[in-house]
Amino acid sequence: MRLAGGGPVIPNFGQGSSCVTGDHVFCWGWVKAHWGDTLGPALVQHIELTLIAVAIGFAIAFPLALLAHRYHRLEQPFGTVAALLYTIPSLALFQLLVPFTGITRTTIEVALVSYTLVILFPNIMAGLRSVPADVIEAAQGMGLTRRQVLWRIELPLAVPSIIAGLRIAVVSTVAIATIAATLLRDGLGSPILDALQDPIPFKTEIYSAGLLAVALALAADTVLVALRHVLVRWPRNAE
Amino acid sequence: MTIADVANLHTFVDAFRFIGDNPHFLLEKAWQQIELSLAALALAAVVALPLGVVLGHFHRFSGLAIGASIFGRAVPSLVLIAAFLTVLGIGFANNMVALAILGTGPMLTNAYDAVDGVDRDAVDAARGMGMTGGQVLARIELPLAIPLLFTGIRIAAVTIVATAPIAAIAGGGGLGDIIVNQASYRLAGVLGASFCVMLLSAGVFLALAALQSAVTPKGLRRSTLGRAPSS
Repeated sequence: MRLAGGGPVIPNFGQGSSCVTGDHVFCWGWVKAHWGDTLGPALVQHIELTLIAVAIGFAIAFPLALLAHRYHRLEQPFGTVAALLYTIPSLALFQLLVPFTGITRTTIEVALVSYTLVILFPNIMAGLRSVPADVIEAAQGMGLTRRQVLWRIELPLAVPSIIAGLRIAVVSTVAIATIAATLLRDGLGSPILDALQDPIPFKTEIYSAGLLAVALALAADTVLVALRHVLVRWPRNAE
Repeated sequence: MTIADVANLHTFVDAFRFIGDNPHFLLEKAWQQIELSLAALALAAVVALPLGVVLGHFHRFSGLAIGASIFGRAVPSLVLIAAFLTVLGIGFANNMVALAILGTGPMLTNAYDAVDGVDRDAVDAARGMGMTGGQVLARIELPLAIPLLFTGIRIAAVTIVATAPIAAIAGGGGLGDIIVNQASYRLAGVLGASFCVMLLSAGVFLALAALQSAVTPKGLRRSTLGRAPSS
């Protein structure tokens, strides 16, 4: 949005540069002029939305997965609920939470956290289950207790799978968080929705905010790949 | 929208009343959304499935198949729809193409993996019996690839149906029209439409899961319902 608080129907379409008023494909000048008041803050909000959602999602999914790993009967119910939850369109889920938490960032986060659970839980489970039985037997033979087997053998070997889950969760959350702007102007979806409401959709705003969202997703993914290299010291083909 | 609208759980009662009062309107909107989804799914299938199957048969360009799935995840649907709107204008075509691109990723990746991953021994045996490349594809690789091929179609269909409501911001119609227009329909209408969207998506998900076990060759059947969306 070029001017907060509305005003006339076509706020400052006429005040823009010839590039903006002429509906050119991309106006670099506009991006530089509005980085501080539009794109920058939206990017920061988007990073906050994503980090909070993935952090809380992991904090819930991790103990749940340990629980399901210990009591195998719980896994199938968790899995089915998760798969069904994932089919709820985000546009609808944001709205369906409004009677409980209002039009607030909490509502956005509850929805985003739910989607991360659906991705993280099965990936953590898959990682724990991928540990070869003879490795666990060897550990037990060396006298490790059940708890020691979990923390010293199973979890370290599950790290690649857990990070794979985190990668999907982060990238998906960045994408879904753009839709949160339909509920509350927050994150990179806001400039896009604002641009769509102009009489002629403002291309520069759509493209720049869209590119930022894609770049954020790819950057976060790269960070997690780097984290994997730090945490996983054994060669890839030995997994 | 008033404050009372927001804070009150009775809004759910109003939402169901809205559904009860406007069944024809909601059905019409739901049908718009189904039409758009079907068109997008068909377009995606026509492009992605043959390409994935042929590339898988020749075991070539695996990077394209992997790239398609990464692209599909990293580009938000809202961005895709908004970007296509600036190119194709408001309306059906823009949304159909944007949704089809979303569906292409999972279909291409799974079609490639499905055919590429067919047991080499089975393929070699078929060749040894004198089958041509086309016969191997039609009689060995495709039947064995069906479960994974269908998984791709299923993921694409669920993704497209779940994303279609967002098309409302770009003139796509459908139930999303109601959800993004709280000024006209109030919170009750928005919630009512959200319920319908949710039911529609869950219905498509369950129907396709049932269809999948029906089309899977007998020897390959196993449960697929509880599997993670990430796999």
